[in-house]
Amino acid sequence: MSGDDVWVLGIHMTKFGKHPDKDVVDLASESVLGALADADVSMADIDVIGAGNLMGASGGIGQQVQKQVGQTGIPVYNVVNACATGATAFRVAYLEIKAGEADLGLAFGVEKLAGAGLLTGGGSSAGSGGGWTPKGRLGAVTGLEGHTGTGTMPGVFAQIGLDYAHRYGGADFELFARIAEKNHAHSTLNPLAAHQKPMSAAQIMADVMVAYPNTRPMCSANVDGAAAAVLVSGERLKKLSPEQRRRAVKISASVLTSDPWQESCQVLPDVSTLTKAAARKAYSMAGVDPGDLDLVELHDCFATAELVHYDNLMLCAEGGAVDFFNSGAPWRDGTTPVNVSGGLESKGHPIAATGIANVFEVATHLRGEAGPRQIEGARVGLTHVIGLGQACAIHILERSAA
Amino acid sequence: MTQTPAPVITGQIPIVDYLILEPEPHLRAHECASCHARYFDRRNACANCSGTEFADVDVPTAGVLSTYTIVSFAPPGVDAPFVAAIVDCAGTSVRGKLLNVPPTPENVALGMPLRLATYSLGADADGVEAIGYGFEPAGGSAGAPADREDSQ
Repeated sequence: MSGDDVWVLGIHMTKFGKHPDKDVVDLASESVLGALADADVSMADIDVIGAGNLMGASGGIGQQVQKQVGQTGIPVYNVVNACATGATAFRVAYLEIKAGEADLGLAFGVEKLAGAGLLTGGGSSAGSGGGWTPKGRLGAVTGLEGHTGTGTMPGVFAQIGLDYAHRYGGADFELFARIAEKNHAHSTLNPLAAHQKPMSAAQIMADVMVAYPNTRPMCSANVDGAAAAVLVSGERLKKLSPEQRRRAVKISASVLTSDPWQESCQVLPDVSTLTKAAARKAYSMAGVDPGDLDLVELHDCFATAELVHYDNLMLCAEGGAVDFFNSGAPWRDGTTPVNVSGGLESKGHPIAATGIANVFEVATHLRGEAGPRQIEGARVGLTHVIGLGQACAIHILERSAA
Repeated sequence: MTQTPAPVITGQIPIVDYLILEPEPHLRAHECASCHARYFDRRNACANCSGTEFADVDVPTAGVLSTYTIVSFAPPGVDAPFVAAIVDCAGTSVRGKLLNVPPTPENVALGMPLRLATYSLGADADGVEAIGYGFEPAGGSAGAPADREDSQ
């Protein structure tokens, strides 16, 4: 329990799904109060807040939640980093503790997305209301969606998956459906998941096609939810109770990267190079090998994305993601269980909550408190998120030695 | 595109400024003078090397299909489903959609040879016709791109 380490002292997530009777402040407050109770501390003990709510980015969600749970005058960082927003808020609290500015930090992310429908890359109104007039950095005379390809998320990640298939072979519609089948099977054990029904690969393939090869159950679910964590310095943790020390989870690595330039990155987002860079740094920082991981929660925003991240996170040899999946490795009884929470495809993806909810999942297993879905004897786990634009956050977590 | 009684076409305008219509339709990129990275949009500096000198270069019209998706939903006025694609034009990656290919997986193959083609988005009140681009199988197929676009 080195003084330099930072630990998760308490963590909580709401049930993901539809919460028509709750607003973002209700959901965030529920997760914050839950995390404080889990940590057995109060707002008066907290030195800093990192907060995220992507869809209400200008609203100052950190201060809004303070008004409900405790206005103590501490610094608040409202952060935005696409789907990595929650992980970035978590890392802000981590960095403040690392810098010696705080002993205890609170991070939370919240989103209301139920019923949001397809998140597109912008609409098109061809030639409406007057003449063709070039606009913007491409001199476009109309919306480009459907003209120069697609910017919709299911379409972008479909292309990322089929690009991997083109490079290495072996990945087809059915393989991607079987990845979704795994995550939907895992979700049946997670009472916090939005969708808990098992789906066969055949059912998944027969569902509504969104962007081939991604059908609807192969896409992340737009749902409501929040997650919050209390972080503590190693020095402060030494002074806390044996029970708090026993349940604390060590943050062995916290890494954030953006996408370095690649030839094709201007036409198709590159989610691989920055993930590989983050993974290399995280494994080095933690002194952990991919083979040491007892569970991984990776950013399966689409089934096509999960495949490429097996490779990017070095869970398999380069180019070996299809073989890795076909070996059964990422199933909950496999050698490297991936997305035992059900993943974004079935647990749901309330954007800013996701990067803390995945820490909740791993931490809960490391504490041995995951109930029927517990990965027995879990000692070390990894969380990964990608925000388009791009941002990648990876955290490696380890069970307390106490 | 729904065809209303055809206005008198007084001129043409490309859908994006990196599509050059004359003498033959092709794409043009801004190439960094230092590192040769290529961009289609207006640039303040190079994302690869921060250089600020650029020269315009013509992108080859022949390429191969790097990856694709078949998108089921499109904005109003755009036919769906459509095949969105990334095409490798002799080392320059280009975004576009496939033309003259039925939008089903059986008709699309990773690595298939393609060539640039154009289609009409219709004319505005002044008779100016907007021209879009896409890629069609290099083996060729029946019908002009604009005709094919009508039948999707």
